[in-house]
Amino acid sequence: MLEAKALKKSYGAVTAVDGISLRVDKAETLGLLGPNGAGKTTTVSIIAGLLRPDSGEVLIEGRPLRGDTDPVKRNIGLVPQDIALYDELSARDNLALFAALYDMSGAKRDRAIDEALDLAGLTDRAGDRVSDFSGGMKRRLNLTAALLHDPQILLLDEPTVGVDPQSRNAIFDNLETLKKRGKTLVYTTHYMEEAERLCDRLVIVDHGKVIADDTLQGLHRLMPATNLLHIELEHGPDGLRLEDIKALPEVHSAELDGDLLNVGISDLSAGAPRILQWLVDSGHPYNHVASERASLEAVFLSLTGRSLRD
Amino acid sequence: MIATLKALIWKDLRLFLGDRRAVLMSVVTPIAIASFFGYALGGAGKDVKRSRIPVLVVDRDQSAISRDLFVRLGAQEALEVKPSTPDAARDAVRKGKSMLAVEIPKNFGEDAGRAFFGGAKKPQIDVLYDPSHSAEQAMVKGMLAGEIMQVVSKEMFSGKGGSAVVDESLARVEGSNAVPPSQKKALLDLLHSVRNWNNQTGQGTGSSTPSQGLTLPYEMHEEAVTSSAGVKYNGYAHAFGGMGIQFILFVGIDVGIALLMLRQRGLWKRFRAAPLSRGMLLGSRTISAAITSFAVLMVLFGFARVVFGVRIEGSMAGFLSICAAFSFMTASFGLLIAALGKTPEATRGLAIFVTLLMVMLGGAWIPTFIFPQWLKNVTLIMPTRWAMDGLDAMTWRGLGFSGAIGPIAVLSFCALLFGALAVARFRWEES
Repeated sequence: MLEAKALKKSYGAVTAVDGISLRVDKAETLGLLGPNGAGKTTTVSIIAGLLRPDSGEVLIEGRPLRGDTDPVKRNIGLVPQDIALYDELSARDNLALFAALYDMSGAKRDRAIDEALDLAGLTDRAGDRVSDFSGGMKRRLNLTAALLHDPQILLLDEPTVGVDPQSRNAIFDNLETLKKRGKTLVYTTHYMEEAERLCDRLVIVDHGKVIADDTLQGLHRLMPATNLLHIELEHGPDGLRLEDIKALPEVHSAELDGDLLNVGISDLSAGAPRILQWLVDSGHPYNHVASERASLEAVFLSLTGRSLRD
Repeated sequence: MIATLKALIWKDLRLFLGDRRAVLMSVVTPIAIASFFGYALGGAGKDVKRSRIPVLVVDRDQSAISRDLFVRLGAQEALEVKPSTPDAARDAVRKGKSMLAVEIPKNFGEDAGRAFFGGAKKPQIDVLYDPSHSAEQAMVKGMLAGEIMQVVSKEMFSGKGGSAVVDESLARVEGSNAVPPSQKKALLDLLHSVRNWNNQTGQGTGSSTPSQGLTLPYEMHEEAVTSSAGVKYNGYAHAFGGMGIQFILFVGIDVGIALLMLRQRGLWKRFRAAPLSRGMLLGSRTISAAITSFAVLMVLFGFARVVFGVRIEGSMAGFLSICAAFSFMTASFGLLIAALGKTPEATRGLAIFVTLLMVMLGGAWIPTFIFPQWLKNVTLIMPTRWAMDGLDAMTWRGLGFSGAIGPIAVLSFCALLFGALAVARFRWEES
């Protein structure tokens, strides 16, 4: 459906995208993950035809994207990171303008506008100026404005930035509806939980390069420690030697955070009882234990040595 | 694609009309300023009392000639003449309370009479003037010269003082060896003739028969040349043209700044993601800006027509064509601003400076005829100069369409040039 081949883009001495390749199949949702400045937005801009790559090419259904007026662009809907709406116009007038960009008119345009308003939950506010909308309402309208011409591929550049939890859920509901309709989504974010909830496959980029491209399960397999144990020590960490814990089988990492001992282990059922017993035997009783699966944040940390939110 | 173009243009027009501040700045402000300038520059040709030039006269002579001179200067409509003392006159000129002061020296009447018939040293009249009013100084000097010639000659040919000077001059010439014999005889004949004239008219003996002395040997008929005979000059026509040009160029700046701001927003990405040509994106902006500019010009001149009676005395087609050409020039000027500017903040100040320069050199504030010649030549490359001349030609000058061809051609050329430069320099990709 969508394929980017060895994209490169530099601004002077700064290389924003350094040979990124990715492929998205029809009805698939691809998460493009990376910290700020990793090259996500530049990549999306190249795919949307906003930027011309220094080298490499973008193929939409096997056809290369060439020029500003290439009809291939009709297959793409772009949801920019910023709110891309005219505050001074009503929701309906905004949508009518954006429909006109794709030469839509008449009943077809009106139907598309009604559907977009319905999807955004703004049918009863269609005539209101966008300036009167809440941030979440604007975000929803910003999303549906990209759907008017019924593109097969939707490029979403961090569409939930600055959105309250309720509106974020509404946007996710919209996106899940679109997934069910068979749309192909490319979703850039640096929020792990969003990617985990929405994406079928994840491409992690850093410094303009792809550092991982796999399903969520596949990425977890890259992690030496797939589970984390959080153990609250009853008498604190006095006398506790982390080296001793790290020497235990199944343990990949151990660190202290006050009275909290965090231990990374590869096999929860085998490793957890052994660690807990060792703590009791060595005179470090505990009063609370919790476990969690390693997150994408941890995956990124494991792959790059730094946090996604850096 | 026509529907797309219409939608983009209509969007810009709605945004403009929805912005009350922009409308206010574009329409109401130029009307207010043009109304003021129009009134100050002559109004609509009605008899408006003009302010007179304040002139102080220091009469140290107190002769018949100097007193007559004072009276005659005071009779000039353009002057407001008051007596003064040397120190007070200098102080008043320095403080700008008077534009000019004339100091008549002692014995001016006698010395001027002697100098009138040649040979004697000319008396010196001191003129103190405010250097910021050099035009008025030249005007008053002309009036002063005319009046002095008249009062001195009158006195010489009819006054008591004149008879005495003639007698004194006769004695001096007769006893002089410096004058060649042939010239001496002619001069003596002239002086005898003057004495005879004075005796016959009786003025030298106190007769009341009036005498004019030497007068300017012509009568001046002045006519302001406007569209046709009898049609008075309407200062509002020029003022509304000038202010229209200035504020429409401000519309051009707004177009450029708005485009720069648009690029900083996601909207630009949405436009660029659509299968639209660059020509469509910039062209729609140009057309909408030109429509806005044209509409503003029409509103301004419509107001001037209704309120101040400004008429299109020349070709209506020429007037509309000049307005259209200037509107497109302004729109492409706005695009050029967007193409050359980097950020709205940094661009706005420079754009305003360039605009005001164009307006000033275009003659919208002050007429270009008072510029030095080299500056006049420079103004020919200013599209605003051609727009101003064109609007003047079509309004109060009342020229036909042929008078509009030059401005239309220049403005259209500038529109194309600015547009081409804008497209060539426009940064389509954000760094």
